[in-house]
Amino acid sequence: MSPETLILTVLSIPLVTAAAIFMLKRIPDLREAATIIGAVSLFGAVIGLVASMGSAPAELVLGQAAPGLIFAFKLEPLGALFALVASGLWIVNSFYSIGYMRGSRARNQTRFYICFALALFGAMGVAMAGNLFTLFVFYEVLTLSTYPLVAHKGDEKAQRGAQIYLMTLLGTSIGLFLVGVVWTYSLGGSLDFVPGGLLAGKVGPVEASILLLLFAFGIGKAALMPFHFWLPNAMVAPTPVSALLHAVAVVKAGVFAILKVAIYIFGADLLSTTPATEWVLGVACFTIIVSSLIALTKDNLKARLAYSTIGQLAYVTAGAMLATEAGFLGGSMQIAAHAMGKITLFMCAGAIYVATGLTDISDMRGLGKRMPWVFCAFFVASLSIIGIPPLAGGWPKFQLLLGAVDGGHGYVAWVLLISSLLNIAYLLPIPILGLMPPKGTPEPAPYKRPEGAPRFVVAAPVLTAAGTLVLFFFMGRIAAFLAPAMGGA
Amino acid sequence: MVQFILERANYWAIIGLMMVGLYITFQSANMIKRLVGLSIFQTSVFLFYITLGKVAGGSAPILFGRDAKGHGAKVDHSADPGTHGTEVAHAETHGLIEIYSNPLPHVLILTAIVVGVATLAVGLALVVRIRESYGSIESDEVRRMDIGVADAQDADALVEATS
Amino acid sequence: MLETIISALPDMMVANAAPLLVVVPLMLAGICVFVPNGRAAWVLTILGSIISLLCALTLLLQVGAQGVVSYHLGGFAPPLGIEFRVDGLNILFLLLVTCIGVLAAIFSWPTVEAEIRAEKHRLFYAAHLICFTGLSGVAITGDAFNLFVFLEISSISTYVLVALGGTRDRRAFPAAFNYLMMGTIGATFFVIGVGFLYAATGTLNMVDMAERLALIDADNRAVVAGFAFIVVGLGVKAAMWPLHQWLPNAYAYAPSFVTMFLSATATKVAIYALVRFGFTVFAPEYTFEALNVALIFGPLAMIAMLACSFQAVFQTDVRRMLAYSSVAQVGYMLLGIAIGTSAGLSAGLFHLVNHALMKGALFMAVAGVVLTYQGTRITDFAGLGRAAPLTMTAFAIAGLSLIGMPLTAGFQSKWYLLQAMLDAGWGIAAVVIVASSFLAVIYMGRVLQAVFFQAPVNPRKQRREAPLLLLVPLWILTLATLYIGVQADWIIDLVQAAAQASFVPEGVL
Repeated sequence: MSPETLILTVLSIPLVTAAAIFMLKRIPDLREAATIIGAVSLFGAVIGLVASMGSAPAELVLGQAAPGLIFAFKLEPLGALFALVASGLWIVNSFYSIGYMRGSRARNQTRFYICFALALFGAMGVAMAGNLFTLFVFYEVLTLSTYPLVAHKGDEKAQRGAQIYLMTLLGTSIGLFLVGVVWTYSLGGSLDFVPGGLLAGKVGPVEASILLLLFAFGIGKAALMPFHFWLPNAMVAPTPVSALLHAVAVVKAGVFAILKVAIYIFGADLLSTTPATEWVLGVACFTIIVSSLIALTKDNLKARLAYSTIGQLAYVTAGAMLATEAGFLGGSMQIAAHAMGKITLFMCAGAIYVATGLTDISDMRGLGKRMPWVFCAFFVASLSIIGIPPLAGGWPKFQLLLGAVDGGHGYVAWVLLISSLLNIAYLLPIPILGLMPPKGTPEPAPYKRPEGAPRFVVAAPVLTAAGTLVLFFFMGRIAAFLAPAMGGA
Repeated sequence: MVQFILERANYWAIIGLMMVGLYITFQSANMIKRLVGLSIFQTSVFLFYITLGKVAGGSAPILFGRDAKGHGAKVDHSADPGTHGTEVAHAETHGLIEIYSNPLPHVLILTAIVVGVATLAVGLALVVRIRESYGSIESDEVRRMDIGVADAQDADALVEATS
Repeated sequence: MLETIISALPDMMVANAAPLLVVVPLMLAGICVFVPNGRAAWVLTILGSIISLLCALTLLLQVGAQGVVSYHLGGFAPPLGIEFRVDGLNILFLLLVTCIGVLAAIFSWPTVEAEIRAEKHRLFYAAHLICFTGLSGVAITGDAFNLFVFLEISSISTYVLVALGGTRDRRAFPAAFNYLMMGTIGATFFVIGVGFLYAATGTLNMVDMAERLALIDADNRAVVAGFAFIVVGLGVKAAMWPLHQWLPNAYAYAPSFVTMFLSATATKVAIYALVRFGFTVFAPEYTFEALNVALIFGPLAMIAMLACSFQAVFQTDVRRMLAYSSVAQVGYMLLGIAIGTSAGLSAGLFHLVNHALMKGALFMAVAGVVLTYQGTRITDFAGLGRAAPLTMTAFAIAGLSLIGMPLTAGFQSKWYLLQAMLDAGWGIAAVVIVASSFLAVIYMGRVLQAVFFQAPVNPRKQRREAPLLLLVPLWILTLATLYIGVQADWIIDLVQAAAQASFVPEGVL
């Protein structure tokens, strides 16, 4: 197949899947089969697309909405990485969702799977967007399609959380991001992603600063403080959705958009001469440290993981703002590494919840004896998040350190080190106390579900935990694959 | 100064009427009185137009005397409607012998009076319906009743939502 | 395809499309009174609207071919005779009014049958046709006084139509009465303004007036006073903040069909008149440089966008909420017009067209709910997403367009507005646009959340979709919104031609 058809295929598979799920709503088994088939074939199509990329970059112009607003898709290495991560993890997450949703007997499952497929549609669009307009459109598709997922439980609390989620994301994207996009268009004359930066040489430092701030805070999905609070609030969602938000699509789409803007709209040269770059870098470092500190104080497992995500993804923003090749590279690798690690952690949290109904860390002491697989997976993923080789999380941290020193931002290196220490402090106690409780700990509460966690729900995190190990050895190839996109830095 | 004021006497009268009409419209709570005010306001505008059309020393705009003869001689030329406009312009520039008032504002105001009458009729019909359904034609009383109903409905909604 | 349809029309109709567009509905209004029942009147209304639409399409072709179509009523040539004059700007509004007219007419029957007493049906349709005549008359005439007459024809019948909501809710009567007071004062102000201009120029033909005004000193007081009266008068009709007080109640208590039709056309036509006077009759140099209208319109528009969006957030009744939102949206249009650039004007007009489509769709969907569940409060909408999925999906799409989501029409026009503001150096206005959009997220979000995520308050609500007659026009409007969202080239051509036409009065007489 030609690259153009492949791009169309990648875009249409989630839509077709959503339609199929709707048609099969009366037959749950077939409905779930549709999700799985969709996920697998999407991953296959993305691999095919990436493989065909070697020869020539895949491009597709679908037409223009209005003069200047063109729906264009273009796959470059960074987008390919994001597409691979998102579509690959959709498979794992689908198996897990099926187990989880059946295990917890959730209502409205059809709507859930449809919205999930639509969210993947948005994520694929973001990954393959050929210009800023297309990116913005799919960014909003992603926001809207995930809103019903966050509100899925439908009770008062879920509705409030979902409202905050929607308001923050829409508010920042309409209020800041859109203004940035329109302004970029009127300054740069187009919205194309240009290697080396669309705005390079076209704007002065003041305009560039304001624009950068508009993008950095307008892309609310990147969860840079102070626009991070939607993420903990979205914790009311079912765990597979949290995994989607944190690992697969939503936050990843945010930091991916920031990287895209940094590399292709600003470019390293313009970024390094823009005063606001320093400020955003400072905010990112602040976010890294403060969110880790907040994570330490949270006893609710999912809330702790949420603050961990905020910190870990500020790494990507920080990497983008370092404006060096190593920084960009480290940021991109962090997208993949963190995805693998964080999805594991969330699926573990979900497994514990489905089996025991527990949500607080202090109640989980000694639970590891009953759920050894889950806690081992949690342990491995924690190490990866912390950045200990030979697990995937080690690479990006190394690259970021390199970038920080290269770019002459010594303090960023210290921030990264302190953050790693804090990560150890808030992540490692959970599996360690779970597996090796201190003497005299009372026996953990019995299973809520007599048979324990469903098989899918346990197998999925174990698989991804192993993935963090495998990814470590592939990181070199990923870096080589990404390098051309970071060129000119 | 006095002359300046007196020369424009009808304009002062128009302004006075306009203010009186607008004041009644806004100040009065009685809907009939508000309609009366509106009519006075509109009438002042009619007078304004008619004043505009008046030319000092001009007679009613019906051709007479030598003008009528001159015009009569040209009748066959103006048979073609396409040239009608230029014909009139021609007459204007070359000057009629007698002075006439401008007829156009009168004609316009005939139309405006019709519009005004129609508005008044609709307004009065509405007042009748308001009287039938509220038992009052005082705007503030009607508003008070409406607010009462709205409050009651909101309270109902609250009860529904909480139950 | 358009050419083939037009070529199938009789020659007489093609040659006289301009007067027929207005005259046919007017005649049919008279006939409506004498037909045996309401259903026949309804059919006549659809027929009249469709003939008008065909005339508008004919005019579109003619304008495309020859630039300006001028029809001399009674054969009297302008400037003395009354002229129907159609250029790029007129045709945009004629198409808007007639298209909405046809869709509204089709959808009207179920709601009229439910909300209006049977013996009034014929009169109701007669009044509607007169209103339709007036609105298209305003958009087609080239004579300033004639514009006033058409404006009042439409307004007087509108008061009647609004008052007919009184059988459902008596609050429609005072609402109509207040609308009548405000509307008549506005129209009278307009006449005073026209009187001043007539005194200054001696002509009523708008193109002629423009030429003569160009020769008059910029600080001539009669002209300035005339301009002020006209702007205020039309401002009332267009619901320009703070002259909008009549609108929320009138929209909230009128019969559903009337609300839908008015929201999509009435204020829009007044804005047309405003553009016609601000850009054509008074040259833009005069309006925007000598009088600096931007400094009055701009802030007023921005206040409207913020204040009325804010008020919309606190409404408990969906129709009132949408009415306040309409006033806010008028602010968007006026803002585009106020900056006085061609880009701004086309953005404002673009938003006007889009708003007509999406507000029309929203009020149509609400009409469907009124029909099936007899309630317009937000609590009445709870859980309807499950009970009436087709109606509510259309409602949601139109609502998202109102917010300005990508892939919908509302996004496109906001994009153009933002760009026009940034190009003109109105950074504040851009901030206000996004702030108002955010408020729109909140007020539409409340309703959409109730519709899709709350359990129905009333357990009687089983699956009950609005009738097909209502769903078809509703979905036509909704799909149009989506279509403009992904492919707006043609409509941008149309609004840019309109902006062009309002700047340069060409093809004189």
